[in-house]
Amino acid sequence: MHPQATQTLLAAVEAGWADPRRLYAEARTARRLLDQSREVLAAGVGVRPSEVCFAPDGTAAARLAVDGLRHAARRRGSGMVASAVEHSALLVPARDRANRDPAARLHEVPVDSLGRVRLETFTEALADPAVVVAALQHGNGEVGTLQPVGQAAEAAATAGVPLVVDAQASLGRTTPPEHYDVMVGDARSWGGPGGVGLVLLPERTRWSLPGAVDPDEALTGPTRHTPWVPLVLAAAEAWQQTEAARAAEEREAFALVDRLREAAAAVPDVEVVGDPVERLPHIVTFSALYTDGEALVRALDRRGLAVASGSACTSSTLEPSHVLAAMGVLTHGNLRVTLPLAAVAPERASAVERLAVALPEVVAEVRAELGARNL
Amino acid sequence: MTSSPGRDAFAGEPDAVVDARGLRCPLPVIRLAAHVRSVQGVEVVEVLATDPAARSDIPAWCRLRGQEFLGAVDRRAEGGDHTGGDHTAYRVRVTPVDAPAPTGARPAATPPEGGPGTPGG
Repeated sequence: MHPQATQTLLAAVEAGWADPRRLYAEARTARRLLDQSREVLAAGVGVRPSEVCFAPDGTAAARLAVDGLRHAARRRGSGMVASAVEHSALLVPARDRANRDPAARLHEVPVDSLGRVRLETFTEALADPAVVVAALQHGNGEVGTLQPVGQAAEAAATAGVPLVVDAQASLGRTTPPEHYDVMVGDARSWGGPGGVGLVLLPERTRWSLPGAVDPDEALTGPTRHTPWVPLVLAAAEAWQQTEAARAAEEREAFALVDRLREAAAAVPDVEVVGDPVERLPHIVTFSALYTDGEALVRALDRRGLAVASGSACTSSTLEPSHVLAAMGVLTHGNLRVTLPLAAVAPERASAVERLAVALPEVVAEVRAELGARNL
Repeated sequence: MTSSPGRDAFAGEPDAVVDARGLRCPLPVIRLAAHVRSVQGVEVVEVLATDPAARSDIPAWCRLRGQEFLGAVDRRAEGGDHTGGDHTAYRVRVTPVDAPAPTGARPAATPPEGGPGTPGG
């Protein structure tokens, strides 16, 4: 979390603890702080304050975004179009619905080897009259590839299908998308606290949830969720800090990732995946042939370097990353680096350098352990 | 997976079988690569694997190594089969690594092969 957001959070525990629905002085203060935070976030992403709705976190926001569109369109159909590399929070429930109900079919649109959705196939799928919602991420949270959200929004508008843009990985790290019917975010992507998901709902979007109307709707908005006020305040503070530094931050992160991409590509039989240019500034993924992701993660962890992996051996389901599989790239020996903001991790440039240097030896070490040196 | 190109590839008997059932990634691919080290001529290898990652990784290995992926089929355990239960069979047409790869089989983007000291690589 951004250090200034942490300070705000701690201070807000004192100032903004009260229930914003009540009428006593502390509650009115909490209400004012909530409204101010909403205004900051709204201005940041270019919407009206009333269009900023909250969710318990980014994944809940993604599920809500789709549920509300489907409910509002329930008389027209229940089909969905989504790229094959969308967040599991979108794909898993959509596949489950499709398995139970043939009418709720899911057009899972393939991607190219860089992880970019095949736009023509996406557009063709939108023509299915049963389709009432489309989803496309702004940038992929595993491989960093940016999606053609502008063109997808145009195609969706032409087909009369509302588009959910999932910006969980990108908000605060690069210019936010402009065209969408619902946008989804998570405060953690811009250095905010956990527990603040965003659902941005422009007034023109037809979106509703089943069930009784929330008596506090004026405060909670259509998503019926009000986060703890100190969290929202910290999220707004983090947004302001991150946005003020964004141009330089984005440039520096992009260059650091370039350094890692170069270092990884120089190791024999390592494939760096995702678009090298049209990508999020802070995410890089690569796979080392004949190694296992878990062993690489542990070897780097021993050197004090925290990285993630999309390999099956590191996942709870023992299935490899659906993103890597959809791209047709190697899933074993996978490492994923997500750079924190410089404000959050001031030592990140030296950590990147240590990782770049450690990579060849760690890969060689793991290959030797597996008896896979001369393959 | 029972796609039709996969079925065609399973018409005849393979020249060799690499049994990687029960092995987790990256071992099925390592076993396949180790086998290819020993082949003398072009042959069809069948890899048996239970690891779900093999579904992505065997075709990806073929692409990286300029080998030809032929297809995959799921096989159900048969009665009395005590050897491995459900698994997937993958077929690959391999060319010995020291022989020149067939023209066009190796994509231009293939990274440099092997590490320092790779025999013949």
